[in-house]
Amino acid sequence: MSEPLLEIKDVRVEFEVRDGIIRAVDGVSYTVNRGETIGVIGESGCGKSITAKAAMQMLPKPGKIAQGEILYYRRDKFDPSKPTQLVNITELDPDGELIRQIRGGEFAMIFQEPMSSLTPVYTTGTLISEALFLHRKIPVTVGDQMSQKIMQYRPVTKEEAREISIEMLQKVGIPKPHERVDAYPHQLSGGQRQRVMIAIALSCEPFMLIADEPTTALDVSIEAQILDLMRELQETVDMSIMFITHNLGVVAEMAKEIVVMYMGKQVESADTVSLFYEPKHPYTRALLQAIPKIGRRTGERLASIKGMVPDPFHLPPGCVFHPRCPSFMPGKCDRIVPTWKEAEPGHWVRCLLYEDV
Amino acid sequence: MEEPQVTEAGPEPQPQAQKQELSQAYWSLVWWKFKKNKLAIVGAILIFLFYFVCGLFAEFFSPYLVNYQSNHLESRPQPIVFKTPEGKFTLRPHVYGTVAELDLVQRKRTWVVDKTQIYPISFFVKGQPYKLLGLIPMDIHLFGINAEKYPEATVFLFGTDRLGRDLFSRIIYGGRLSLLLGLIGQALTLVLGMVMGAISGYYGGATDILVQRLTEFVGAFPDIPLFMALAAAIPVTWSPILVYFMLTLILVFIRWGGLARQVRGLILSLREREYVLAAKSAGASDWRIMFRHLLPGTMSHVIVIATLMIPGMILSETALSWLGLGLRPPLTSWGVLLQEVSAVRVIRFAPWMLIPVPFIILAVLAFNMLGDGLRDAMDPYGGR
Repeated sequence: MSEPLLEIKDVRVEFEVRDGIIRAVDGVSYTVNRGETIGVIGESGCGKSITAKAAMQMLPKPGKIAQGEILYYRRDKFDPSKPTQLVNITELDPDGELIRQIRGGEFAMIFQEPMSSLTPVYTTGTLISEALFLHRKIPVTVGDQMSQKIMQYRPVTKEEAREISIEMLQKVGIPKPHERVDAYPHQLSGGQRQRVMIAIALSCEPFMLIADEPTTALDVSIEAQILDLMRELQETVDMSIMFITHNLGVVAEMAKEIVVMYMGKQVESADTVSLFYEPKHPYTRALLQAIPKIGRRTGERLASIKGMVPDPFHLPPGCVFHPRCPSFMPGKCDRIVPTWKEAEPGHWVRCLLYEDV
Repeated sequence: MEEPQVTEAGPEPQPQAQKQELSQAYWSLVWWKFKKNKLAIVGAILIFLFYFVCGLFAEFFSPYLVNYQSNHLESRPQPIVFKTPEGKFTLRPHVYGTVAELDLVQRKRTWVVDKTQIYPISFFVKGQPYKLLGLIPMDIHLFGINAEKYPEATVFLFGTDRLGRDLFSRIIYGGRLSLLLGLIGQALTLVLGMVMGAISGYYGGATDILVQRLTEFVGAFPDIPLFMALAAAIPVTWSPILVYFMLTLILVFIRWGGLARQVRGLILSLREREYVLAAKSAGASDWRIMFRHLLPGTMSHVIVIATLMIPGMILSETALSWLGLGLRPPLTSWGVLLQEVSAVRVIRFAPWMLIPVPFIILAVLAFNMLGDGLRDAMDPYGGR
């Protein structure tokens, strides 16, 4: 059984705006296991990024976590023999010392827009070094005591930071890392910039990488390279990945488990294989049908989900998906709010089709 | 451990040079565009000359020391001529001598030009001793009269004031304090304005409102009464240097608001960029994001604003000193020099005392020309 790293429990994120309160995330729970990849999918604005940002205490204003817990099973980075500490991230001060150690040092994040995610006035080397100075420590053997070594940790020096930067650039597959370490972001292509982002994220050896649509802005061939790179690196450094995307093809390749979200609620969660072969929720099914397939007859229209995403201020009663649902059951779906149920072992779904009402 | 890579990338000098070229591209574009602007070049050269002559080597370039009082009170300017005492043309500059004359209107002795006396000007001549840059003892001046040969001769190119001090030397010395005040004051304004602007723009909300109201409050003060109050608050017993720095601080206090607003506006747009989010997700603190990631992005803009603000600083000093609120006479600045022209009598009988004015105008124009040139050059991709 795999060991949990991050447990998101019944989290609700609210934005208090002029016209009322928006529940961007409503009662989402999922667990990220150590060394595994979890995919979070859903259409734009369904709250998948907000959940990830909540896990880093980086909610944009005026968002706040109104309910729920985000539990982080924190291992000491430098001393694995120490017992695992349980940190409730929701209770941390967003500007505090501990959360800043966790950000970057233990959870790293990469973003959708590699074009604007690097500060334009610094070289790639400086950017990677900045993260290294903040989080990375070099072990020093102070002395031997019987058979046990006494270890101490010191911050990296400038020269070491440069060396590690070059090493990281090489790891993420940037050609001529010795030269590229002195290049400014505007001298790099989009794919290279995303690689630099990954290099920064991984330079401090985090336990978890939150990849928020990391390949959306890249073209398909670069996308494949970046995904390969992430998988390779995951094997070598043993970290979890929370992969946020709206691209089902990408998530099928990457993730072991998948969470599907709609309007701030998770509607289905299962391991990748059963989700793709036996989708339970009508929304998931509709999503899968909407993928264009090779070999389909030309001229046939692509399946789409009818209707529009509802206005967040006037959510439909009952199941939020019912106005667009092909399996809509009148008198039931528009009245009763479905609960989060295990339809099959390991396969959870929020739908009245699987409830006896 | 990465041996093969080292040998692979190491012996390739050509891409190395190319890389250098690439990272210099922005600044070379700026330089290229700046060079095309003749006025800006003139401004830059003038400013360089001002700071070089007045700021660094005033003692060397001036024939007399700043507070040297000759017995020639209110001597007229001695014109330079290119002829020998025998009346022949020569390339070596000479000056006419002066002679005392009783002025019956003013009922006092004045010094007027006497065309019968002609003295040669010597270069690199031994004169009054001074310390170059405050360190090296020297007595060589760029030009002057050989005192051993012509002990009675003087070289007052711009005349003397009512204490018999050489105005030319005093303008050069005065430029030192005036121009330095512009520079130091602007540097402090820059620091204060950038810090306040960054805090205001980055945090937003209540902090922003507080800082913005503060700038408005400072800006809404009527300048002159405020200066008077602040100047009156400076104890009379303070040394002139301390007064100088207090005046600088007062000017900074009045002027930081404008820069803070500009920086705030820039930060407001920059903080929405994704790299701020990226820095935050890497564990950077607010201060780090503000000062390492946001402020450098405003620099090209700030440099231009700062350059264009220096003339205002110099003019404020001049105005305040003229009013008697700024620097006081043992110190010499352009404002202090002009203060001596505040009586109609001086303008009537010693109009050469107004000569500092063209220098002030020149310095202000030079900064404006440089600032304009920088503004156009810093945006090399912009139109025109």
